[in-house]
Amino acid sequence: MKLAWRRRHVDGGRKYPLTRYQQYLRGPLFMAALLVLSGCGQGEPTAGKLLIAGSSTVAPLVAEIAARFEAEHPGTEIDVQAGGSSRGIADVRRGLIDIGAASRALGPGEAGLTEHAIARDGIALIVHRSNPVTTLEAAQVRAIYTGRTDDWGTLGLPAGPITVVNKADGRATLTLFLAHFDLDAPDVVPDVVVGHNMQGIQSVAGNPGAIGYVSIGAGEQEAARGQPIRLLPMNGISADSDSLRDGRYPLSRPLNLITPGEPTGLARRFIDYAQSPAVHDLVRQLHFVPAERP
Amino acid sequence: MNADRILAMGLRAGAALAGLLMALIFVFMLKESALSLREIGVWRFASDAGWHPTADAGAGRFNLLPMLIGTLLTTVGAIVIAAPLGLLSALFCRFYAPPVLGSLYRRLIELLAGVPSVIYGFWGLVVLVPLIGAWQPPGASLLAGMLILAVMILPTVALFADAALGAVPADHLRAAAALGLTRGAIITGVLLPAARPGIGTGLLLAVGRAAGETMAVLMVCGNVVQIPAQLTEPVRTLTANIALEMAYALGDHRGALYVTGLLLLLLVTLLVGASARLQRAHG
Repeated sequence: MKLAWRRRHVDGGRKYPLTRYQQYLRGPLFMAALLVLSGCGQGEPTAGKLLIAGSSTVAPLVAEIAARFEAEHPGTEIDVQAGGSSRGIADVRRGLIDIGAASRALGPGEAGLTEHAIARDGIALIVHRSNPVTTLEAAQVRAIYTGRTDDWGTLGLPAGPITVVNKADGRATLTLFLAHFDLDAPDVVPDVVVGHNMQGIQSVAGNPGAIGYVSIGAGEQEAARGQPIRLLPMNGISADSDSLRDGRYPLSRPLNLITPGEPTGLARRFIDYAQSPAVHDLVRQLHFVPAERP
Repeated sequence: MNADRILAMGLRAGAALAGLLMALIFVFMLKESALSLREIGVWRFASDAGWHPTADAGAGRFNLLPMLIGTLLTTVGAIVIAAPLGLLSALFCRFYAPPVLGSLYRRLIELLAGVPSVIYGFWGLVVLVPLIGAWQPPGASLLAGMLILAVMILPTVALFADAALGAVPADHLRAAAALGLTRGAIITGVLLPAARPGIGTGLLLAVGRAAGETMAVLMVCGNVVQIPAQLTEPVRTLTANIALEMAYALGDHRGALYVTGLLLLLLVTLLVGASARLQRAHG
């Protein structure tokens, strides 16, 4: 059988030499096309399909909401990708995606877009559970993050070097944290630079002298799962979903879906759904606070 | 047209495909970084005060030198640890271990080669880093990176050395034994010189893997952009820089990350070229 096929193939080759060359070339050309395409991204969004991308803090929540939405609306398909708030906002502006996800409010340079809050989150300082520190003044946090204070002993605590955990460039969490404490990025002297929340939590959980900051949602969830970390109060207000809910927590932020102008069609339906009480249990499950409907 | 010509054509197409892919990758990296290289300027990638790529227009700082040094240091450190260990374990496995233990040991090394890098990284983050941190905080450091990479490339070195030693003709051994040489003298005088090209190839592949490893070093090295003064200080490698920031980068920042990739590609090309020369000179 195999032999017969080969003979036919060889015979056919004499008649159509070009076709065979094309066959050999098709592979590389296809690969080249793939490379080029993967460089510039996305296809045309179809009627029943939404592409959502942005903040890695918002993405897990949107993914949960999307899964439930798909289950209730058969035939729809919602893709969720994590990649940072600014990237999500830039991509939605350029029309590469249908909805952007951002873990911060829109900035002054981002006019013309519409934001839809689906939840509130905060940023909390975290330390190892064995660290006796109860609270830190803003000035102390500034001193720690600029390297002027590098030992817990100078804060009146048991002596030991402070390991400063900072976020990598481009994260909304970093930007908000620096703005809140009035710090400039080049002035920060970190000992460890991390990417996502989990890596930050792991770095603090594995080092009794470490201090870092994460999304309250992620921090509460991991602390509840038994990671040896503690969320420090900010300006005397405890970092948990309760103080987020009554609006007292100082370093809080909206978790937004971003669209170019008013959304229509499927995007409208999905955003309405994501803001409805039907998903509040998912929001709470991820230790965020449901947004007040405007 | 006969079967031979068809085969030859197929092989040519395969080779062309491999070459074409490499060339395409190079062209792609050059194209993506061209704008940044022109607008920011090559020199600033080595002279800026630090790496702060997200500052407002014009104020970004793009010094890649600390990361280039980070990649070089972790790679050199890893190979310095892994090369002797790998060679010794290959010698042990082939000439000193009882056959049962030897083959068991070889299986173990093969298994080590198959462990995904993210597993090494995770193990490093939860075990190795706190261990080093208890001695010299913060723990996430150049040293941790070197150790993790050494464990990762050890199997490559050991397996290639083992295969190269196994490929030395038995006649050489018999002749050496007939001359009354001891086992140690046979190994250092006959086996190792004869197996050198194979061992060299293994080392080369190991260096390439160490320089290109991303996930594991990202998790254990601390990723602070600085030229480390000590083994226990954190570093950021070129690969970690791309992995940490690419998904979040826009504009100049994104371009600078493509330049990072181009630099890494050039570095690996240089390494391969240098070791090829070295092997020819000794071969």
